[in-house]
Amino acid sequence: MNDFFQLDNLVMQFGGLTAVKDFSIIIEPGELVGLIGPNGAGKTTVFNMITGFLTPTSGRVLWQGRDITGWPPHAVTAQGIARTFQNIRLFTDMTVLENVMVSFHHTIRSRFWKAMLGLPSHKREEKRIEKEARAFLEELHLGHLADEKAGSLPYGQQRRLEIARALAARPKLLLLDEPAAGMNPQETMELAKLVREIRDRRRLTVFLIEHDMKFVMGLCERIKVLDYGITIAEGSPSEIQRHPDVIKAYLGEPKHA
Amino acid sequence: MDTSTRNALCTILLLAVLAAVLYVFQKHGTEYQIRILNNMAIFITLAVSYNLVNGFCGILHLGPNAFITIGAYTSALLTMSPAEKQLSFIIEPLIWPLSVIQVPFAVSLIAGGIAATFFAFLISFPVFRVRGDYLAIVTLGFGEVVRVLCNAMQSLTNGPLGLKGLTPYTTLWWSWGVAVFTVVVITKLVNSSYGRAMKAIREDETAAKAMGVDPFKHLLLAFLVSAFFSGVAGGLLAHLITTISPTLFTFFLTFNLLIIIVVGGLGSTSGAVIAAALFAWGGEALRVVESPMNLGFITIPGIPGMRMVLFSIILMVVILFARRGIMGRSELSWDRLFTALRLQTKA
Ligand SMILES: Nc1ncnc2c1ncn2[C@@H]1O[C@H](COP(=O)(O)OP(=O)(O)OP(=O)(O)O)[C@@H](O)[C@H]1O
Ligand SMILES: [Mg+2]
Repeated sequence: MNDFFQLDNLVMQFGGLTAVKDFSIIIEPGELVGLIGPNGAGKTTVFNMITGFLTPTSGRVLWQGRDITGWPPHAVTAQGIARTFQNIRLFTDMTVLENVMVSFHHTIRSRFWKAMLGLPSHKREEKRIEKEARAFLEELHLGHLADEKAGSLPYGQQRRLEIARALAARPKLLLLDEPAAGMNPQETMELAKLVREIRDRRRLTVFLIEHDMKFVMGLCERIKVLDYGITIAEGSPSEIQRHPDVIKAYLGEPKHA
Repeated sequence: MDTSTRNALCTILLLAVLAAVLYVFQKHGTEYQIRILNNMAIFITLAVSYNLVNGFCGILHLGPNAFITIGAYTSALLTMSPAEKQLSFIIEPLIWPLSVIQVPFAVSLIAGGIAATFFAFLISFPVFRVRGDYLAIVTLGFGEVVRVLCNAMQSLTNGPLGLKGLTPYTTLWWSWGVAVFTVVVITKLVNSSYGRAMKAIREDETAAKAMGVDPFKHLLLAFLVSAFFSGVAGGLLAHLITTISPTLFTFFLTFNLLIIIVVGGLGSTSGAVIAAALFAWGGEALRVVESPMNLGFITIPGIPGMRMVLFSIILMVVILFARRGIMGRSELSWDRLFTALRLQTKA
């Protein structure tokens, strides 16, 4: 059994609808894995079950030897799994810097009353957080925007900020839900480069959902394909591209009569 | 001189000026002026602590009157002498040990704050299970429950008769001391990592959770801190008006606070301070609208409650035309002031 990350027969039912059925995967540290499938296939639902936004109907989420199924989202994040959202969810009225600083909050040691009294030990921590947050922004080439309101950034930058914010939570596993959605080809290319860079530099493991085939095929080492909640294929990019079921699912042949 | 030393000096200077003003009024001010100043300070305390929950966490909490009531009763019961209590509680005697305890004013204020915090903790579990309109209704319900209990629990609150003849301990020093402390402490909280977590919950609770913020823990923190200062302010209020009864702290009081923080700008402490001061002053100054008016050709009889009508109109105008209130979400700060001054002199 793998100790790092494993999904074991996850099932998610919404009333009569089975959104995800028997989803299993083992991911090794440092891997870059893709999850693809047509709209409504259940991809985001898989992420929601991992991060605690949904409690699976059955099955287990195993993380570093622990069963974290059904843990609340903030606890999952504190354990080292961070995510971005398909529809951008920034703290729009806060600055870019503050957005990233929120992710550091779970590492803070000083208690709230120390903050209220402005004790030196708390001030030191605030300084540390700010310094590290600025360093993160530099890494994602957002440093010059630190004091802008997050909501005022152009779309591509907002996507980047979402990734920066998730990274700032110091994950070992990063889940990206359609990070290239709405980006132009130029931005998409830069994003692929960035994801590979941060993976290498931070020895991160990345599990990502994406519709842009060029992006996924170029970036991921292994891909899983979902259709109507069922895993229809798994393998390397070239295997997936040749897989008859995948081609069928994407060309929309009426196989679910 | 770096900016932080400059800012510290400016703050000390401002406090010194405030102290001097208070000193002058305490010595030479009329009773009317002193009452307005006391009201200002207490409303500042109430508004700033209420704003922590409603403005910074983005929660529509409609029960601060419950915390104020609890603070007021606790504090009053603790400063009355055993003899006074025996005289007041004529229908049913006050339960032991409250009947024999008497503590200094300062201790009673802290006890009022703690009692309110404790109550807030008890109701926090049902309150934070829900959000939005539901949370508003639940908190509104608790505000009413406390009022009804005050009426019913004769042997604890003296029922509808209330508590009379409290010693007027609340001086300008007490009320403003508490107000300044509240503003400083809440400002520090709001500007800290904890405050950022609260704002993140306000902006997007789902995203905040995904970034490792536990919403319950932080909403609870804001709720309890807010309840504590509301309780202390309740104690100050009790020893200012010297008579308290269950009808004193109704939803009406909550509504006033809501007007203050909306007009000041939800999520701005400076806005809450400014609006609270204006409200306390306006509340007195506008008494004229409730007295009979002679317009020469016609005499309008005094209409009690006219001030409230005016305040409600102001609220509606703000919500319709200037939703962000006086300050929006920004704050007055020395840095901003000096930047503005520099621009002025350059221009
Ligand atoms: N909370 C929910 N309650 C009820 N049904 C849901 C819920 N979340 C998702 N679904 C349903 O589950 C199915 C899978 O949705 P999901 O969002 O996981 O798809 P997806 O693969 O991410 O699609 P897309 O590519 O459009 O993002 C859909 O039919 C959706 O309507
Ligand atoms: Mg999706």
